[in-house]
Amino acid sequence: MMLFTLILLPLVGGVIACWSQRVHQDAPKWIASLCLLLSLAFLISIKLFTSMDPSNLWLVDETLAWIPRLNISAHFAMDGLSFVLILLTLLMGLVGLSSAWNEISQHSGFFYGNFLWTLAGIIGVFLAMDLLLFFVFWEVMLVPMYFLIAIWGNENRRYAALKFFLFTQAGGLLMLLSIVALAVLHYQQTQILSFDYQVLVQSPIDSEFAKWICLGFIIAFIVKLPAFPFHSWLPDTHTQAPTPASIILAAVLLKTGGYGLLRFVLPLFPDASQFWSPLMMGLAGISIIYGAMMAFSQTDLKRLVAYSSVSHMGFVLLGCFSLNFYALQGAVMQMLAHGVSTAALFMLVGLIQHKFHTRDLNQLGGLWSTLPKLSAMGLFFGMASLGMPGLGNFIAELLVLIGTFKQAPMFALVATSGLILAAVYSLRMIQKSFFGVSVNADENRENKTGHTSKQIITDLNAKEKITLMLMCLSLIFMGLHPQPIFNLVNGSLIEIASLFQASFQPEILLIEVQL
Amino acid sequence: MTILLGLIPLLPLFSACLLIFWQPKLLLTQIIAVGSISLSALLALILNVQLWDQAQFVLQVSLGQWLSIDNLSLGFTLYLDPLSLIMVTIITCVGALIHLYSASYMKDDPDVCRFFAYLNLFVSAMLFLVLADNLILLYLGWEGVGLCSYLLIGFWYREQKNSQAANKAFIITRIGDTAMLIGIILLFYQFDTLNIQQIQLQSQQLLQMDELPTTEIISLCCLLLFAGAAGKSAQVPLQSWLPDAMAGPTPVSALIHAATMVTAGIYLVARNMDLFQLAPDVLHFIAIIGVVTLILGATSALAQSDLKRILAYSTISQLGYMFLALGVGSASAAVFHLMTHAFFKALLFLSAGALIYCMHHEQNIFKMGGLRKSQPLLAFSFGIGCAALASLPMTSGFFSKELILEQTLLAHQPLLWWGGVIGAFFTALYSAKLFFIVFFGKLNQPSTHNTPTAMVIVLMILMLLSLVGGVQPQGLFTHFSAPADSASPGHTLSLFQHWLPILLPIFTVTLAWFMFIKGYFTPTTPSEGSSVSLKQKLHQFLLSGWDFDRLYRLIFIKPFKLVTEYNRRDIIDLAYRQLETFSSLLYRQLNRFQTGQLRHYSASLVIFCVLAIAWGLIQ
Repeated sequence: MMLFTLILLPLVGGVIACWSQRVHQDAPKWIASLCLLLSLAFLISIKLFTSMDPSNLWLVDETLAWIPRLNISAHFAMDGLSFVLILLTLLMGLVGLSSAWNEISQHSGFFYGNFLWTLAGIIGVFLAMDLLLFFVFWEVMLVPMYFLIAIWGNENRRYAALKFFLFTQAGGLLMLLSIVALAVLHYQQTQILSFDYQVLVQSPIDSEFAKWICLGFIIAFIVKLPAFPFHSWLPDTHTQAPTPASIILAAVLLKTGGYGLLRFVLPLFPDASQFWSPLMMGLAGISIIYGAMMAFSQTDLKRLVAYSSVSHMGFVLLGCFSLNFYALQGAVMQMLAHGVSTAALFMLVGLIQHKFHTRDLNQLGGLWSTLPKLSAMGLFFGMASLGMPGLGNFIAELLVLIGTFKQAPMFALVATSGLILAAVYSLRMIQKSFFGVSVNADENRENKTGHTSKQIITDLNAKEKITLMLMCLSLIFMGLHPQPIFNLVNGSLIEIASLFQASFQPEILLIEVQL
Repeated sequence: MTILLGLIPLLPLFSACLLIFWQPKLLLTQIIAVGSISLSALLALILNVQLWDQAQFVLQVSLGQWLSIDNLSLGFTLYLDPLSLIMVTIITCVGALIHLYSASYMKDDPDVCRFFAYLNLFVSAMLFLVLADNLILLYLGWEGVGLCSYLLIGFWYREQKNSQAANKAFIITRIGDTAMLIGIILLFYQFDTLNIQQIQLQSQQLLQMDELPTTEIISLCCLLLFAGAAGKSAQVPLQSWLPDAMAGPTPVSALIHAATMVTAGIYLVARNMDLFQLAPDVLHFIAIIGVVTLILGATSALAQSDLKRILAYSTISQLGYMFLALGVGSASAAVFHLMTHAFFKALLFLSAGALIYCMHHEQNIFKMGGLRKSQPLLAFSFGIGCAALASLPMTSGFFSKELILEQTLLAHQPLLWWGGVIGAFFTALYSAKLFFIVFFGKLNQPSTHNTPTAMVIVLMILMLLSLVGGVQPQGLFTHFSAPADSASPGHTLSLFQHWLPILLPIFTVTLAWFMFIKGYFTPTTPSEGSSVSLKQKLHQFLLSGWDFDRLYRLIFIKPFKLVTEYNRRDIIDLAYRQLETFSSLLYRQLNRFQTGQLRHYSASLVIFCVLAIAWGLIQ
């Protein structure tokens, strides 16, 4: 019941938060933060008190009956991979709360309710071991997110929310079809009807059709990631979403795509993923370059960060489909590091927007002289996103590249040039927003828009400072001492890598000779 | 002793963190910043004294494990051998002098704390670079140096020009760095390790084997590593960031040009000399690049009128000499020149800083003149610096440049030698021109300020080093000389080859005296129009550093901007938007049928039934 409780906590917390608005205007945010802290404590205690058994991959594994007739059960399990991602979810949830603290005033009860429900859905996604259960949580996390965007978003929020919902829904539909097809094929092959991951993974189906089922899963996941031709929902959604929703979206929601690839696509379809791997690596390469080029030309800060996410998540896709142990480790690390660095960037953009009422790069500039602390943070996270060694993103990208160079040097070469473009757009962002002459534009703009009351613009307050500092420290930790994280996910990734090791051996030799 | 070694890079790092988070008052800032780096310098000197008489020493200290996955195992391990000891000594000592100078130079700047934090971080990153025992740790220092140079070049961030120069520096070096990262990854698969010493050891073993396996891939690795070195050390074609990097405060230029940053590339190749020996073609290529760069730098410096830009181009050209030395396989000559260059270039930049300060931020040398009376100290320091740069006999620059040219001949590269000699001619010419124009001739603009005491002390020390820094104890550089260093026996220099480089600077300086002071050889009346315009074109060409900027703007920047600007609305999204328009169009069309009028509905019902029955009958 432990894992079930872990999901239940934010679910129930959301209901209470929703209701508590009637008691007091400020009650929901306190309840939300209390609930998240409680979940965090609970998660860590699970990790601490479960005996670390090296022979057993799963830290916790529990099953509840759900629909026995179809042999569908509420099967939850947690391994190192799920653990680090849930940890990221809860921590970034706290970051989101911190940025929502002063920003959200309307319907705050419903807001925090939705916020917690999204997180509950995401945690469920990371824990569900039954494919139908996984699908349920996959949808559960979307609906509250839709509300968050559609109610509390910026000027064009309805369009963005709908776009977000349609894209992910289309992906979800494909996944549902693939799940059913997979179960049916498995039934034909073994006469066991099961949606259970651990059952399905025992006997990979060998059928021509597996390729297409695999593709269904892949598309569902890379829409979420998002990779090249399916990325266009992300910039719109991010631009319109309120900052806390942006943070959750960028930091965790996108990672469900990468998690899906690692957890389901690679182990369930080893042959098919090998078949699709060149195509996917190609898409990843295009994502990296295309996202970076798009990021360069944006003038809206949020759009810029959103496109940079496309570029960074390309590394996750590349890492997953390099089918190589280094690259897999890199992909997981990239999910974590990108989660933190992008969440921080969105938080900073949110703060800038809150203070200056604009995200337009042409109207910003010279922030360093008025807001040195915020700008220093911006510089730090900008550097993180361009892959400065010593920070988590570099370790991730390095490992992905090392892995990819072994399997497919050409794709790796394309991806590496993304590092140059990352520098180009990050530096442009830093220069345009923080450097240059301090724009007296705030006065001008206020005159133009008719605001006569000149509000004093203040630098980071203590809460924001602490939040951002902790994020800095976690990135530095990932960059300088990543070994604990590697060790946590080691078992799960060895399992995956061993699927490909044997079949890949001859090809490795081939490539080495070619080089 | 290992604790001392660990402290050397950590002290500046610690002080940088302290300055960033604490932001103390001015005096305390100066004490912390200068103190930490001086302490590092002191530790480096202690290590020097202790290890002096040992022929071959290696000191290792582990600061912790970084990561270990499968075959890949990295640690924060520092590795000290004679080569890195020399580098550490140069970096900390020159760095400390520059810090001391900056404490006086920057004391009126409101952001002095940020400045010293960056400066300390810069030195620390550079120390990690030269002490790293694996290539990824080296890369960490490498990028850290790039980051700090970016921050320092754009230190006065209010000027758009400065941050553009900073961006340019970062992006161009990043291009080289990325190539280098690819090279490192390829090396990992070749040698199964990223430990630098193991790579050298394996390379030596490979070299002793009769036939070299997989030479091509190793050549490729070397070429990629050299691309990184060329980016950081401003070699053709990645040199164009360095002149613009003058946008930062002058002590920063001194630090970039003398002790840190640009020497990183030299160090990288020298450190991996055994590996490069496996790829003789690449070494030859490096030598050619070095010669091209040194001529480019020297001729461009001749055309500049901005004091700092002259010095910047001279750095490019001197780095070319070092790469020439590396290319002919003489790492010790390269590092020797690196050391003397660090002394006299720091001297020149710091004197230039003091001069510009005295001249109210005037940087154009043609607006100065006759300053030897009012600024005797600066005239003296510039004189020594320029003499060393021009490699007049008995200065430090003379010995090292001489050694490089000698090694080039011993490696049987007469063509490259001529390149080096021509470069030496131009070098002597522009350094003499710089000195004569600024300090002789008629007084254009009086200077007012006096040089503060701290700056004077620093300049004195550097003057001394520039003069006698070339007199090296014999044992110092033999420690790490590669096997190819030892000259092939039987080959000696001819009399001409021996005396030409010695006499050439003296001759050239005399020539310069007549050219720029006496006004000989300069046509008083412009000759025919065509030749003038040709001359102007040549001048323009040299002034812009052989027009690399325009070329890059044409090939890379413009197309990139055009494409991104054109695609700003995201062409992929356009497809989805078309889908949206199509479906709403469809909706509007279909919506028309839903009129709400009974007769339309019944009519359509009848039509449908008729059609259905007709279809059935036909079937």
